[in-house]
Parts: sequence; structure tokens; C-alpha cells
Amino acid sequence: MDFKDTSEEATFRKEVDKWLSDNAELKEGPNDSLSSLTEEEALLRAKEWAAKLYDDGWACLHWPKEYGGRGSTPIERVIWGQEVSKYKVPGGFFEIGQGMAGPVLMMYATEEQKKRFLPPLAKGEEVWCQLFSEPGAGSDLAGLKTKSVLEGDTWTINGQKIWTSGAHYSDFGILVTRSDPDAHKHKGLTYFFLDMKSPGVEVRPIKQISGGANFNEVYFTDVKIPDDQRLGAVGDGWKVALTTLMNERLAVGDASGPDFEEIFNLACKQDLNGDLAIKNGSVRDKLADWYCQYSGLKYTKYRNISALSRGETPGPEASITKVVSGNKLQEIANFGMDLMDSAGVIRDETTDNEQSMYQYGFFGAAGIRIAGGTDEILKNIISEQVLGLPQDMRADKGIPFNKIPTSNK
Amino acid sequence: MNFEFSSDQMLLKDQARKFLEGEESLKKARAILEGELSFDESLWKSVVEMGWTATTIPEEFNGLGLGYLELCVIAEELGRSLAPTPFSSSVYLATESILANASNEQKQKYLPKLASGEIVGTLAHTETNTAPTSNNLQCSFSNGQLKGKKIAVPDGDIANFAVVTAKEGEKVRLCIVDLETKGVEIKTQNSLDPSRSHASINFNNAEAEILDNDKDGWIALETLLERAAVLFAFEQLGGAEACMNMAKEYAMGRFAFGRPIASFQAIKHKLADMFIAVELARSNCYFGAWALSTNAPELSTAAATARVSASEAFNECSKENIQTHGGMGFTWEFDCHLYYRRCRQLAANIGSQTIWKDKLISSLERSNKI
Ligand SMILES: Cc1cc2nc3c(=O)[nH]c(=O)nc-3n(C[C@H](O)[C@H](O)[C@H](O)COP(=O)(O)OP(=O)(O)OC[C@H]3O[C@@H](n4cnc5c(N)ncnc54)[C@H](O)[C@@H]3O)c2cc1C
Repeated sequence: MDFKDTSEEATFRKEVDKWLSDNAELKEGPNDSLSSLTEEEALLRAKEWAAKLYDDGWACLHWPKEYGGRGSTPIERVIWGQEVSKYKVPGGFFEIGQGMAGPVLMMYATEEQKKRFLPPLAKGEEVWCQLFSEPGAGSDLAGLKTKSVLEGDTWTINGQKIWTSGAHYSDFGILVTRSDPDAHKHKGLTYFFLDMKSPGVEVRPIKQISGGANFNEVYFTDVKIPDDQRLGAVGDGWKVALTTLMNERLAVGDASGPDFEEIFNLACKQDLNGDLAIKNGSVRDKLADWYCQYSGLKYTKYRNISALSRGETPGPEASITKVVSGNKLQEIANFGMDLMDSAGVIRDETTDNEQSMYQYGFFGAAGIRIAGGTDEILKNIISEQVLGLPQDMRADKGIPFNKIPTSNK
Repeated sequence: MNFEFSSDQMLLKDQARKFLEGEESLKKARAILEGELSFDESLWKSVVEMGWTATTIPEEFNGLGLGYLELCVIAEELGRSLAPTPFSSSVYLATESILANASNEQKQKYLPKLASGEIVGTLAHTETNTAPTSNNLQCSFSNGQLKGKKIAVPDGDIANFAVVTAKEGEKVRLCIVDLETKGVEIKTQNSLDPSRSHASINFNNAEAEILDNDKDGWIALETLLERAAVLFAFEQLGGAEACMNMAKEYAMGRFAFGRPIASFQAIKHKLADMFIAVELARSNCYFGAWALSTNAPELSTAAATARVSASEAFNECSKENIQTHGGMGFTWEFDCHLYYRRCRQLAANIGSQTIWKDKLISSLERSNKI
């Protein structure tokens, strides 16, 4: 048992380190990021950075070279992730495209399409979004209604998507629709990709609890999609969507925001009732719990990496990360503000960067616990797929989709 | 990165599990709980024959000279099977304090017999229902004699000798006492988990030797407890996982409202929470095992983290296992309460959760790295 790299891994890490130190700046602390930029500036910076990665062969490491990747092993990808997290680099725009759309295209698109779409994705020239959730279908994604009808070799799409992150700056989207409402729920779905600039696509931003507007409603009115942009067979959309969601759960890892180190440092310098907060028993008790979670997740990750390093597929242990870190973030964010007493509620980003970090975490955590599978859905996944317990009883089994109840009325 | 036990160590773990199942360790734990005996002698003999008591003792003292990683996997299986033996006292506490502190002569005297199971040792530290500190210790040592009273000594009525914390003037010392010697009076104490025996020990000018070689006895004790905490954590981890599996088995087979209770989401999420607690504890225990086996500077932090995390997981799993069993869980006949008891016993043995949480934060304050 050790934390050492194999000699190949060490060589690779050196190479990564060399390139990163030549091309990026080290973070000053774990939460040192570029978050003060406007969205437009941030996107520009992210595109520049992605292009640089691409030109030097560091884009989408695990993708085959012919599609713009590096053909790296899973463990090399992990090493890259470990090293790059030490640097202040732009991010936040390509996760859906590179993490979800890319792998699906790789599996289901034609060779020609792969050659057309994957390299620009790797290079960060084109941004993709995920058009899955609908007003009536989130956790129960297979309950979606957006209609697709085929005539000749063109599909016509009508309906509405919601919570679509980044739709307003995306070039392309992956889309799940209902092509057969008479079939059973999971049978009548068909999966596409489309140009977000197609006529009939309308994107309306939704203001979020944090005040920002990163997600959107997307309306489809007689939007035309050529049949060759279908991914998977007609009626097989659920299978393709599941592949995408699996990748989403791999892509969505730790919640970002203040973690143990930040709250510990704050407790070490903040006064509480005439003494340092860290001397307070109740503070110590909470810190110890968070440290156990923080350390537990860290070493769970190391166990997974070890499995990868041995060429095995990591176990389902990884599924606990989002549940634990989302809740931990919410508690830490709350407590960080609590340590600032009554003033913790004041929002003044110009004067106290630390305060706003907890405030961002306070809002962000609420979203993390929902996005990409809610806590409840993830616990279902753990109990069913890891522990082998039965699926929930369902009221919609064996019923054609258009006969399933959708409200109390 | 190779943050995993080796295939040899996993093999040892597998053997240990099968061996303890074959020995019907759980049944034996129940028999001890219900009977008059303090431990299962035949199981103890078999454990000794497996060589487990000799694991970390160097070959020059007739031990196997294996590492702590081997001891960790054995501990996990002992915890899973609730083995009613004085293993933790004799190995994690007594053997370890001799290995770390004793003179060569003392090592010659005790280690070969500990390895061969001829003698059993323990640690006698607690005096009242207040956690011991270097200030409040009342036991005293002077002129080769020990005076005072210890309580809640694990396996105190089984052990042949004890390592005892005592004050020599202002100084804390670790002393070693032959429990068959004159001036030692041992009484078995009732405890919450009678499958593991506890005793009070009165020392009335009993002859004793200093073990700590003039080190600071309190620091020697803290180090001993830290190292033992990793091993206790592995026992707790094994117990926690056993409870999770018991709850799962029962939930799959028990029907209510025309369906297995395992299909109710409240039960499913309860089991998911147990899984999360066990996984976090396992990862923290591995970190502890690594630090223990390499004597890493992170040992204080790693040991306290493993201990706190595993205590929490065992607590969560043992109480929710009862809940999952409904009325059956509250019966004497079902095994749920054996784990519920053992959980509390292990949580108490080397100090409370509050104290270990405090140690964890103190250790983080001392080190400037998180
Ligand atoms: C910040 C953010 C970004 C997002 N980005 C995208 C995106 O880019 N693309 C996209 O397609 N979607 C996106 N989503 C949508 C997200 O996937 C859904 O919000 C999520 O799956 C929950 O669906 P819902 O909102 O319909 O809530 P519901 O499904 O209505 O859930 C409401 C509550 O009911 C609970 N619940 C539902 N079903 C069950 C069940 N079977 N058992 C127990 N409890 C249940 C849920 O856990 C939740 O607490 C985003 C969401 C957020 C918050």
C-alpha cells in the first residue's frame, strides 16, 4: 500500500507538470479561481485555454488521437486532473460537450460526423448543451414529452426543455424526444443532436436563486432535424440517454466551493466569544465530522484511482461522492457565515472575498444537490445498483405513455 | 497509486473470514454473552494457532514479523465475526506497548509468550467515569510498587499481566504488573457487552516494573492509543459492514404490504446511508492502515480520523440494522443486539468519540498540512 506512481505514471506526471508550469499560473489557495470575470470574458478565456490545450496535445486526453484527443489511459487522465486542479485555469463551459456529448457521438455518430464534430469540441471551438429535462420530467426523465415526428428523412420537433445549462451560448445540443406516445414510457424515445441556431429554437434565460442565469428554458417550434442527426435507433433513445447520464455522473464530481481547509482556516483565525473559534467544543465537533467526510472522499478517490492504475474498472464507490460533498458544502457554507455572526448575511463582494465564497457555496450547494440526479435519486441508484435492492414500485408500468397520470387533476 | 491491500493481504483476509465463519464465531459470542465464561477458550486457541497473536512480533522473539497491514485485515474480520477473545487487549494494547517501550529484557520475557498465546495482556488505564488525564490519574507507583484502582479494564479477568498507567511523583509512567502477583485483586464487572469481559483491578502495593524506559509516560500512552485506534477502527469497520449486510438480507426476505420491505424507499435510503458511512469509514481506515504501517508523520491525524469515522459507521449501521428488523430486531434471539452491544463496547474501550474528535482537531492544529 502506497501513494506512489508507477514509473510510467511518474514520467507522465512530470511531463504534465512541465507543460502546466510553462503555460498556467499556480493557484494561491484551493478556491483561487477566475470567478470574478463576466460570462462573456470567461467564455473567451475558456476557449483560448481549450485551443492551447488542443494545439499542444492536452485536450480530451482519453479520446482517440484522430478525434482530437491524446489516446491516454484512464489513469493518465486522472493524473492530468490532479495536476491541473493545482492551477488557475478557465473552466465551466466544455464539461457537457466534452464529458457527455463527445462520448455519445463517439458511440453512435457516423464516421463523417465524428470527424466533423469531435475535433472542434476538443478544441473548444464549439460549445454543447444537454437538452434533457422538461417541466414535467426531471428525475423521471423518461416522462419527457417533447414531440418528434418523422416525414421523409426530416424530423420535426415541438415542445419545451428546461434547466438547460449554457443553452444561451451553446452551438449544439443533445436532445431526447418522444417519437411514439403510444408506446410504453421507455420505448418511445428518440435521441438527436442539433444546431442551436436552427430556426424555431428559442432560448429564454431563467434567473436562479443566486441571482445569475446560467440555465434556460428552450422552446422548439417546428424545428427541423435531418434524420442523419439521430443517435441510436428510432425508439432507442432511453438507452442512449442512459449512456449519457452515466458519463454525467462520472463528470460531476466534487462540489466546488469552500471545503474543510477553508472552514478550518477560518475557525483558526475567527474570534468567538472572546476566544478563537477553533477552541470552541461545538466548533471542533463539527470540524471533526467534516474532516472525516473530506478525508473519506479523498481516500475513496484514491482507492478508485488505484483500481484504474491496476487496469480495473473502479467500483460503484464513486457514486457516493456527489451526495456527500453536496451536503457537506451546504453545511460548511452555512457554518462559515455563522462564524461571521450577524454580519455573515451582508453581501458585499468588493470588501470581503472570503465572505462571498461562503455565500456562493450556500447557493451553489442547493443546486448541486439537484443537478445531475438529486440526492434522493442517487440514493436510489446506490441501493439498487450497488446493494441490489428492488426498484421502487411504479404506477406507470405497463401503461402506454399517453395514459400515465401526470397531475392530481 | 497503489492505495489498496496487496493480493496476499486480501488472501489472508479471506482466509480469516472463512476460518471465523467455520469456527462459528458469532454463535460463540452469543454463548459467552449468555454464559458464565469470560471468553471462548477454544476459539482463542485456534486464533493463536493461526499465528495471529504473533503477527507483528519480530522473529527474534518467536513472532512472524509481519506488518501492520496484515494485522488490519485480521482485525476487520474479528470485528465482523464478533470473536469473543481477548485479542484486542492482548495484541493491540499489551503487545504493542511492549514492542514500543520495553527494555530488551522485558521483551524477552513477554513477547515470545504473547506470540504463542501462553499469556494474555491488557491495558489498565480507566479509574473513574471521567476520562483519564495526566493530572487526574490516582494510581501511584513508587519503589517498585503499585497502588490504586483501575476499572473497566478490558479482559482484566483473563489477562496474566497488565500495562498500568500510574503517577510516580508528578511523572506519568507505564508500569507492567503480573496480575497473579500478591496485592492484586481482580473482580469481573458486568458490562453492556458480556461477550467481551471487563474487570476492576485493585493494586495494593503490588510489585511492578517500569515499562516506559524513562520516556514521557503520557506521550507513550497517547502513541499507543493512536496506533491501537487504527486496529480498533478496523474491527468497527468489519462490524459495521456485517450490520449493513444483515439489514439488507432481512429487508429482501421480509414482506409487508405485499412486497419486500427492501422495496420501500425509506428502507432503501437507510441502506444507502449505511453504505455511504461504511465506504467513508473504509477509506479512512485504509489511510490509518497506511500511516500505521509506514509510521508516517500523518499517523495522529489518520488514526483519529479512522477511529471517529469507523465509530460513526458502526453506530449508524448497528442501530439502523435493529430498526430494519422491526420487532425481531429488539429480541434477544436475533443477533442484532450482539452488534449493538459490541459497537458500544468498541466505542468505549480506548476513549470516547468526543475525545477522539478533539484529538483529531488538535492533530490538525499541530500539523500545518491538511
Ligand atoms: C443548476 C442546475 C443545472 C441543471 N442543468 C441541466 C442541464 O444542463 N440539462 C438538463 O437537461 N437538466 C439540467 N438540470 C435539471 C436537473 O437534471 C433536474 O432538475 C433534476 O434531475 C431534478 O428534476 P426536477 O427538477 O424535475 O425535480 P423533480 O424530479 O420534480 O424532483 C422534485 C423532488 O422530488 C424528489 N423525487 C423525484 N422523484 C423521486 C423518486 N423516485 N424518489 C424519491 N424522491 C423523488 C426529488 O429528489 C426532488 O427532491 C439542472 C438542474 C440544476 C439545479
